[in-house]
Amino acid sequence: MADWQAVIGLEIHAQLNTRSKIFSAVSTAFGAAPNTQASLVDLGFPGVLPVTNEAVYEKAVAFGLGVGATINHQSVFDRKNYFYPDLPKGYQITQLDEPIVEHGHMDINCADGGRKTIHITRAHLEEDAGKSLHKDYAGETGIDLNRAGTPLLEIVSEPDLRSAEEASTYARQIHKLLTYLDICDGNMAEGSMRCDANVSIRPSGSSELGTRTETKNINSFRFLEQAINHEIERQIAVIESGGRVVQETRLYDPDRDETRPMRSKETAMDYRYFPEPDLLPVVIDDSFISAVRDRLPEMPYEKRARFQTAFGLSEEDAETLSGNRSLADYFEYVASASDPRQASNWVRVELLGRISKDSFNSEDVPVPASELASLINRISDETISGKIAKTVFDALWQGETDSVDAYIDAKGLKQVSDSSDLAPIVTAIIANNTKQVEQYRAGKTKLLGFFVGQVMKETGGKANPKQVNDLVRIQLDTV
Amino acid sequence: MVAHVTTPFQSIAEIRANLDDGTYSCRELAESLISRIEEHDNDINAFITVTADDARSTADAQDVLIAKGQAGPLTGIPLAHKDIFCTEGVKTSAGSKMLDNFIAPYSATVVAKLKAAGCVTLGKTNLDEFAMGSSNENSYYGPVRNPWQTSHVPGGSSGGSAAAVAAGFCPVSTGTDTGGSIRQPASMCGVTGIKPTYGRVSRWGMIAFASSLDQAGVFARNAEDAAILLSAMTGADPRDSTCIDAPIADLTQELSTPLTGIRIGVPEQYLSELDAPMADLLTSALFEMEAGGAKLVDISLPHTRYAVPAYYVIAPAECSTNLSRYDGVRFGYRCEDPEDIEDLYKRSRSEAFGDEVKQRILVGTFTLSTGYYDAYYRKAQQIRRLIHQDFVAAFNSVDVIAAPTCPGPAFRLLEKISDSIAMYLQDIYTIPVNLAGLPGLSMPIGQIGEMPVGMQLIGQYLDEARLLGMAHQFQQRTDWHLATPTLQATGVSHG
Repeated sequence: MADWQAVIGLEIHAQLNTRSKIFSAVSTAFGAAPNTQASLVDLGFPGVLPVTNEAVYEKAVAFGLGVGATINHQSVFDRKNYFYPDLPKGYQITQLDEPIVEHGHMDINCADGGRKTIHITRAHLEEDAGKSLHKDYAGETGIDLNRAGTPLLEIVSEPDLRSAEEASTYARQIHKLLTYLDICDGNMAEGSMRCDANVSIRPSGSSELGTRTETKNINSFRFLEQAINHEIERQIAVIESGGRVVQETRLYDPDRDETRPMRSKETAMDYRYFPEPDLLPVVIDDSFISAVRDRLPEMPYEKRARFQTAFGLSEEDAETLSGNRSLADYFEYVASASDPRQASNWVRVELLGRISKDSFNSEDVPVPASELASLINRISDETISGKIAKTVFDALWQGETDSVDAYIDAKGLKQVSDSSDLAPIVTAIIANNTKQVEQYRAGKTKLLGFFVGQVMKETGGKANPKQVNDLVRIQLDTV
Repeated sequence: MVAHVTTPFQSIAEIRANLDDGTYSCRELAESLISRIEEHDNDINAFITVTADDARSTADAQDVLIAKGQAGPLTGIPLAHKDIFCTEGVKTSAGSKMLDNFIAPYSATVVAKLKAAGCVTLGKTNLDEFAMGSSNENSYYGPVRNPWQTSHVPGGSSGGSAAAVAAGFCPVSTGTDTGGSIRQPASMCGVTGIKPTYGRVSRWGMIAFASSLDQAGVFARNAEDAAILLSAMTGADPRDSTCIDAPIADLTQELSTPLTGIRIGVPEQYLSELDAPMADLLTSALFEMEAGGAKLVDISLPHTRYAVPAYYVIAPAECSTNLSRYDGVRFGYRCEDPEDIEDLYKRSRSEAFGDEVKQRILVGTFTLSTGYYDAYYRKAQQIRRLIHQDFVAAFNSVDVIAAPTCPGPAFRLLEKISDSIAMYLQDIYTIPVNLAGLPGLSMPIGQIGEMPVGMQLIGQYLDEARLLGMAHQFQQRTDWHLATPTLQATGVSHG
């Protein structure tokens, strides 16, 4: 590998989270019964015409501003022609020569600790195709056109990426930006964001580009890294065994961790692009752009910096907690309503231990931010111990309760802090463990923990550990 | 057989008066025309579908409105739609085997507007397949014959709609015009036809041939009727992005404007190659306009000769992708027992499209291909801009341009069908108007060998009212528009 350098560019397809489709008034909601969200326009019936849902313009412009790009005052929709059963009109409406967004960039952190700028060639609007379903219909193909006409923003990077890790870092940053700007729900399992990876290799030090392959439709960051690494290794093996890389489109199979050819350049389709005569050019004026700019939310890097200063977090923790907008909003609520450092620990350890940062969606988290804040506050005011708090958190997570305070009361989990309650227990423990008392007094002071543990056990964990500690030490040291 | 309650050649104004004063009812009128269609359409073949039952119930409903004094200008007026306008619940074939089984699940904006205005639809008229043709010989449902002489073609592609008005089956009808498909058959059938400015009438529900050129319009016995019907079809439509954002227009407002002082441009390029009989009739018509007070001005449209080649790049390019949706998957014709998806596509399309449609799909697919796009499609678009500029420059010095509608009268069936170039040159005077998106009107100006011919008036953008006004003034001074053919009674009825 040291002899070779990988050159990678990504095409990211992000479904825009508009309520209706890009060229019809039909809902884009995921998961409806097949073909129940497809109008005559989506079905490509004779005589129908597309009308652009103007909500897509604002989302594309917001993305453009988020990556410091040029917003073109005029852009043009084109037809991309090919036959496929899930493409009802026989063409996809997209943008070729005049996209709505061009010349942006995204800075990423590299493995060596440095920063690197990835140039974004363009981002253009287009419609998604339907889905062909091969599994459930022996010998036949089912076609679901619910997805046909879902708005997509295709974000094309320059071949600035040099490793699978960089590619996945860049893709994660794009994902973060899309969710921050609320232009894509970011749900990769549902296909809301999909990547095509263009990969080539060249001898280290060379400035010429090798022949590239395109691996299509990768829908997770892990698969993206695997697919690129696989493809780099495959290309190296081809060249080192005296072969040549063929320009082709490949498909990544995550089950087998391999890419395989879909079609080569020789059989590549001629899409016969030409301007879509059913739609007028898209005109975006400066006042529209500045209105979108005024409505832009806090950007990810701005939020990270604010988390560091406002909540005293390390850069790394702030980066993690601002990693997705839903997560950031959740954390910010908890941190503002309780101790911020504790909030940081609980969210990072307990929540992100259970759900991945990338798929975090506060609506799916069974522990509401308000309850996590209460839980942290009950630790701070010494109502419960940290250990008990974990069992309360588990109960919230399992859905056994929806209220921290009610659960503490019902289960009698309040810690015992009253020394008149605790002192007799401590006295009894010391009396029943004479051997350990002798050892302690002979200098084995580490046994303090043993006595504290016994008291905690006796009280069912409810005793205030700090107070038990004090009482045990006083009794052992003073007798 | 129902007694005819009227002469079959009444205008909207005459019908309106008779309906309103109770001379006959909408139902009686509809019955009369339905029986005339049954009696004569075996010879003409103007209709693909006659919607007699629907016409009767609609007519009854209009009679109720008239009785209540709630009639509008079009209440009870019978018409026919070119079978390219989707009509809910009715077969909408586009003249193709591909859509022979297609019952439209919705109505085109044009159909919906005219229904709301109270028109009684008698049926759907024959056309060249997907509106591709200049003789109406390319229909899956057989050729339409010219009512003036059934050995001759009616012109195309809206041949059925033109023939239906000429034959007295209905006073008005709708058509579409991509390169002359309203004006050329209007000329050949001796009726008045107008293609408005591109975007004047919504294309929603109008089956697409070439989207940047297709425009709906009307056929009528005279300019006044055309103005009344076309007015009701105009107006912005949120379902068509290319439809002009303007309210419903009153295109009758200049009918009484005299010709005095109107500057009519006469392009040298349009007259130089005309045969003598056609040139003579055109000259007479222009002198009539001049006698009415108009001023004739010589103009030049230097890029005219590039219009037909440019059109036959752009229109096939657009049609090649517009017709991709006919793949046998969701609607329309599907071949028997396809082996796989490739076979389904190939055989469904091969078996259901006619030769002219296939030829244009192939040409369009070729001209859009990588390596040819710049040489053909891009160049054609450049020519299109030059032709547009020709018109803009001409309209600096004139108000309207007059031209032949087509080179001569209707020709015989089969005469040009095997010669694509000769057929394409039929539209040499109409195509530039579509390329520029301008309004164009054709009106009868005489006969050659007992076959009618027309003159074309080309207007500035949105200047339909002036074209209709000028045609109306011409029709006040002449009676070519009143000439009607005599249909042979064959006695064969197919009710």
